[in-house]
Amino acid sequence: MAEEREPPPLAGDAAETGFRELEEGEDLFISTVSTIEQLSPTSPEPASLPAEDISTNSNGPKQEILLDDDQEDLFAEATEEVSLDSPEREPILSDGPSPAITPVTPTVIITPRVDASMFDRSPDEDEEAEENGDTFDLQIMVSDPEKVGDGMNAYMAYKVTTKTSLNLFNRNEFTVKRRFSDFLGLHSKLASKYLHIGYIVPPAPEKSIVGMTKVKVGKEDLSSAEFVEKRRSALERYLMRTVNHPALLKDPDVIQFLESTELPRAVSTQALSGAGILRMVNKAAEAVNKMTIKMNESDAWFEEKQQQFENLDVQLRKLHASVESLVCHRKELSVNTASFAKSAAMLGNSEDHTALSRALSQLAEVEEKIDQLHQEQAYADFYLFSELLGDYVRLITAVKGVFDHRMKTWSKWQDAQVMLQRKREAEAKLQYANKPDKLQQAKEEIKEEIEEWEAKVQQGERDFEQISKNIRREVGRFEKQRVKDFKVVIIKYLESLVHTQQQVSIIES
Amino acid sequence: KGSNEESAPSVSANSIKITDITQDGETLTFAITSQKSSSSAGVCVFRTYEDFDWLQQSLLSQEDVPGLLGVIFPPLPGKPLPSTSFTQAKALKQFGFLALGDEWKIYCKALELYLQQVAAHTTLSKSKALSSFFSSTESPGKHRGKKGIFKRLSHVMEEMRKEGHKDVDKFFQSERDSCTHLSVLFKVSTEKFLDTVLTKQKLAVACGHFSTSLHLVCNHDNPAAVTFSKICLKLSDIIEAVKVNFEKVSDNDVSSMGLALDLESRYQEAKKEMLFRRTCKLVELEAANRNSERAKPNKKAIMEGVQKATQKEFNLISSVAKKEIEQYHRARVSVLRDFLVSWCEKQLSTAQETSALFSQHLEACRGFVV
Repeated sequence: MAEEREPPPLAGDAAETGFRELEEGEDLFISTVSTIEQLSPTSPEPASLPAEDISTNSNGPKQEILLDDDQEDLFAEATEEVSLDSPEREPILSDGPSPAITPVTPTVIITPRVDASMFDRSPDEDEEAEENGDTFDLQIMVSDPEKVGDGMNAYMAYKVTTKTSLNLFNRNEFTVKRRFSDFLGLHSKLASKYLHIGYIVPPAPEKSIVGMTKVKVGKEDLSSAEFVEKRRSALERYLMRTVNHPALLKDPDVIQFLESTELPRAVSTQALSGAGILRMVNKAAEAVNKMTIKMNESDAWFEEKQQQFENLDVQLRKLHASVESLVCHRKELSVNTASFAKSAAMLGNSEDHTALSRALSQLAEVEEKIDQLHQEQAYADFYLFSELLGDYVRLITAVKGVFDHRMKTWSKWQDAQVMLQRKREAEAKLQYANKPDKLQQAKEEIKEEIEEWEAKVQQGERDFEQISKNIRREVGRFEKQRVKDFKVVIIKYLESLVHTQQQVSIIES
Repeated sequence: KGSNEESAPSVSANSIKITDITQDGETLTFAITSQKSSSSAGVCVFRTYEDFDWLQQSLLSQEDVPGLLGVIFPPLPGKPLPSTSFTQAKALKQFGFLALGDEWKIYCKALELYLQQVAAHTTLSKSKALSSFFSSTESPGKHRGKKGIFKRLSHVMEEMRKEGHKDVDKFFQSERDSCTHLSVLFKVSTEKFLDTVLTKQKLAVACGHFSTSLHLVCNHDNPAAVTFSKICLKLSDIIEAVKVNFEKVSDNDVSSMGLALDLESRYQEAKKEMLFRRTCKLVELEAANRNSERAKPNKKAIMEGVQKATQKEFNLISSVAKKEIEQYHRARVSVLRDFLVSWCEKQLSTAQETSALFSQHLEACRGFVV
């Protein structure tokens, strides 16, 4: 607890502090705060929006912005109070690997009021940074998967290359080596830091024990190569999504992940470790809690949004399934075409009755080979679709997680109210009992605290609302963008396929 | 069982067309129009599969045609079983490509080709059975007798023994070897090609599903969702186009290459059968030779007689066979080439159409503002 009281280094270099050991979780947060302090604070906006969305926001309800202004201080207090509460609420709050990763717990967010208010301004700062940087110029590439080590201890190391002109980073272009568990570690840190204040943290690619074991064992076949390729592109997309989120981009964890050459091993992400099991237990506990908490939804917007997300989830899953079957068929087609090509080749070889016959057979074989290549390309493209859809399905799960958090907060709030009630009753009793003033004073203090506390939780909830809303917009927009991009790609590809087929046909006839 | 002494007015092979097919419960009736080469009047008859079978049997059992056994008989496709009684999978297994296509179109084409081949054959076209097939109002198939099943069985057993019998003539031996080899290869190729076509059809269906589910993504809650829905609809159209492309491509495949490969396989079989018949004759001849050598003097003359007759038959068969084989090779090359060319052309035109369509979509997508 003493750590929380440590005053933040007001004048600090963001990059430097970013490199500190991850164990000192709150330091990271402090350094984030100090970064923000360097930039000139302006009136805060409710959520982290990319520059383009400012216009939409300004068209949105103005009163929310004002609300935030007025209660800025309260919000700061709210964050502080939440931390005091968290030890009691540990089972409910630990929806991430928080128990295992001691440094990054909800308590981390607690700093003196000043800092919290600084943090509150961060979304706004992000926008400014965006505007300053004109275009969001950050490109991340994940490449060159190589196998390091042998046997069951082997792992794939991926090269992460970042190209940017943002001044968040030390250099303009840098490369580091990361392994899969590093990515998972990053995600779990971000999740425990941001998820319960309502940001949607992009989900990391899933762990696949079967896939990795195949790779580890050294099976050099098509499926393991595919698996590595899938994972590589998934990691790339994950990183791009993470940095597209302005608040997450500023997070020192992220910066460190991208920049530092040596990263402490995130042990708690291992599937079969104690931490993993703890996670599973927590997840189960959560599921039970979810069923028992029945929320009285006062805000129609949320109800509506939740319903929408449910629908969207269902739809996307259906789409995903369709595309998966398409991918399957494509694979089959390429296999079949290959075998036809082979048999045609054999025909060509044994047909020596007429040179003409042989020539024809060989042509047929060539045609089939090209066909097969096309099929593989088409398959790769469809597979892009399915990956995208899969990503979004997972993203929606993350969004749901945010909603769940809100529910939890609401339940906390309700509990707080109940407590308050009890305290009030106790106080009333005392008053009638004519106890000494000292006791009464103590009771009143408690009551005050609780009242404050309740109010803060309420404020916290409002904050979530706003964040959720804006992020929802973000998600929708991104969806559109991606779908459009992929569509253009598939068409372009198909066009080329058709053209090539034409050429082949011309050759034949 | 007609004599070929008086050659019946021959039917012009090119005019034979199967114009219609009707299905009545389990039987299929084919409407066949043809023209005699001497007249310009068209004749239309209705035949069922039994009639075709009768025709084939009649051709096979002509007694007066010398060296008949040396003729490669154009292969008749198997008996069609309407899909009411058999599942698609079974039909595919039995018929391969002929089972595909709507309304037995491909099957009809194969039958048509069969008739054309018979009519174009120098020896077979003279058969009276053929002309009555084309002109008689009555269905000739009803009169034929039952083919003994026992004959079939014993045939199979003999086949295995005689198949490997070495030949006296190098030409024929090499023919037999290559035939066995090639027919296997062709069968394999046909199967593989069939697989690709089936997969393409499956892909078309899957595309349809995808397109439909995209269509169902409809959400008008907020501007973002509306745009998303629009994009989904556009994508759905595109996938629909992809699906149509697949369907067309597989149709083209089936109607040209598929048919060609199937025809080729069956013709190879027919050739194999002919060669086998010749081999049987050879075995018979050698047996006769042995008999005549070992015959006791009183039987010797008879044996020698038999031997001479067999020898003569065998020579006749061989010569006919040789001519047949040469003609077969010539014809088959041109047939295959024609089919390949038609396949290319069809695929080419489909590809061009699809390419144009896709370009349109591409332009529309590029102009789509998010």
